[in-house]
Amino acid sequence: MKPPDEPMVGQGESLLAVDNVSLAFGGVKAINDISFDIRRGEIRAIIGPNGAGKTSMLNVINGFYHPQEGQITFKGRTRSKMKPYEAASQGIARTFQNVALFRGMTTLDNIMSGRTLKMRSHFFFHLFHAGPARSEELENRQFVEHIIDFLEIEHIRKTPVGRLPYGLQKRVELGRALAMEPELLLLDEPMAGMNLEEKEDMSRFVIDVNQQFGTTIALIEHDMGVVMDLSDRVVVLDYGKKIADDVPDIVQKDQDVIDAYLGVPHD
Amino acid sequence: MFYREVGDFKTSYAADQAIFPIRQDRWFMAILLVVAFVVVPFGVNDYWANAILVPFLVYSLAVIGLNILTGYCGQVSLGTGGFMAVGAYATYKLTTAFPELNFVVVLLMSGFITAGVGVLFGLPSLRIKGFYLAVATLAAQFFLIWLFNKVGWFYNYNATGQITMPTRELFGIAVTGAGTSPVVKYLFCLTIVALFAWVAKNLVRGRFGRTWMAIRDMDIAAELIGVRPLFAKLSAFAVSSFYVGLAGALHFSVWFGAIEVTEAYSINVSFLVLFMVIIGGLGSILGSFLGAAFLVLMPILLKNFMTEGLGMLAVTAKHTEILLMGVLIIFFLIVEPHGFARLWQIAKEKLRLWPFPY
Ligand SMILES: Nc1ncnc2c1ncn2[C@@H]1O[C@H](COP(=O)(O)OP(=O)(O)OP(=O)(O)O)[C@@H](O)[C@H]1O
Ligand SMILES: [Mg+2]
Repeated sequence: MKPPDEPMVGQGESLLAVDNVSLAFGGVKAINDISFDIRRGEIRAIIGPNGAGKTSMLNVINGFYHPQEGQITFKGRTRSKMKPYEAASQGIARTFQNVALFRGMTTLDNIMSGRTLKMRSHFFFHLFHAGPARSEELENRQFVEHIIDFLEIEHIRKTPVGRLPYGLQKRVELGRALAMEPELLLLDEPMAGMNLEEKEDMSRFVIDVNQQFGTTIALIEHDMGVVMDLSDRVVVLDYGKKIADDVPDIVQKDQDVIDAYLGVPHD
Repeated sequence: MFYREVGDFKTSYAADQAIFPIRQDRWFMAILLVVAFVVVPFGVNDYWANAILVPFLVYSLAVIGLNILTGYCGQVSLGTGGFMAVGAYATYKLTTAFPELNFVVVLLMSGFITAGVGVLFGLPSLRIKGFYLAVATLAAQFFLIWLFNKVGWFYNYNATGQITMPTRELFGIAVTGAGTSPVVKYLFCLTIVALFAWVAKNLVRGRFGRTWMAIRDMDIAAELIGVRPLFAKLSAFAVSSFYVGLAGALHFSVWFGAIEVTEAYSINVSFLVLFMVIIGGLGSILGSFLGAAFLVLMPILLKNFMTEGLGMLAVTAKHTEILLMGVLIIFFLIVEPHGFARLWQIAKEKLRLWPFPY
């Protein structure tokens, strides 16, 4: 699937590297000289108190925000400014903290829309819903049906997503991201606002996506239990700075992290 | 249980993705087409063709056009009148410059020219949204009308400033000009409208439709799945303007035959078509027809009722009619803001359960 000229990145090697990135909004430094990397195949958690800059970090990675300083290297390529749709075409998918679905469209259409970049047939054939336009629609529908099965949302296939409860909307949004067959999946608090059962379902999906499809995942999550269970490595942000970066067991015992979460005042 | 999905199992995704997945809908469509193409022509006289059927068809086409832009892609436009004028003037210029050119080709080219103009005026949509975009398209409306009035080249420098459609034939039968039979006018418009409604339906149920709706519902997330906003919006402007231009071309050539631009394509037309879109239902091809039918038929029924039923003077009736239409539109927007298309859907859901609503 990958074009041949693309540098190969093997299992366990760095898929994405963030180097000395800084981002400011006016006077507010949302991200302050942060570096870390995400290895292919891992689940990388990004945690930190409210306003730490986690969402901003994802926004930098997929091209919504352009950092004032620093650089991002994805699949061995260092990039300067990049548009979100370019990030998408390079294999970065994303879900949002506050669900960002297409509310007027059905579950099926929302997830089908995730296949946009996989569909190439010419406009001309779409006029008649014929030839390549038709067969492409069918092939991708089949792929989407697998995702619908996988996420256990068959019963809401034809429901406009605006009418779905929050927990299901989050699931559909994950489905749309999966439909892109991303190499790097950015999940911004996928379990926020969910009850225990929904959280368990979502955790299961995240693990399955990582293990069955081999998708690399960056996960923002506030629930420590979830983070410790799911992630391979954790980076901790506080006030736009990186204060820890290690495996969950060590991060958990780190004094700076404990202080940040307990709200110990800064000097 | 006259209307149901149950028992009508789809065994493949192809069947589920068909244009009318439910069997009853397919039958309904087939019957409708037979009636429209075979039965109606027997009853068509001058009045029916010129006052009701052709206007309905021409507006349906314009409404589908605006619906693609506004209903599907979420970009408001108040320039519909202006774009219809582009279609009309393109037809006039093409057919007078190249009298031998096949009339269908002239119509299609008029559509493409309008599509080009639409893309040009759609460029601001890349930077501005909603109300501000509406104002920008309003500027397009006034600019285009001014242009066609001002520049003599567009009306071949004739003394009246009007444009008049010469007679054009297809297969030896006149489709435009004074001597055209009402049945031919009706069937000609019907064929074009049926064909392009089908094309529109094909577009909106595939990748392009999803791209437009994605931009409409959440443009940030749309970019994230790989939609290029530039391409999505401009393609909606192009397709939409093609339809509106084609409607304008038919409006001028088949329906009116002669046009004075400031009257025929004023801002009122833009609003009328927009009302049709809203009343019919944003984001629905079927709704486009219902909205056009409602706003074409309602004034006629009201007028007949007031002049003949109540014996009002024509002038008084006209004023009362405008007033009543306004009230009706407002009433409708409050009671069912999703238009006739939604009412139709609710009716279908009810029918599915009937006669056992539990
Ligand atoms: N578009 C923006 N304009 C101005 N300031 C912003 C913008 N986006 C984020 N910020 C600021 O940047 C800082 C980091 O915000 P961010 O949303 O990244 O935090 P977060 O770690 O995701 O927090 P939360 O856990 O609440 O989601 C905050 O102070 C926020 O107010
Ligand atoms: Mg956040």
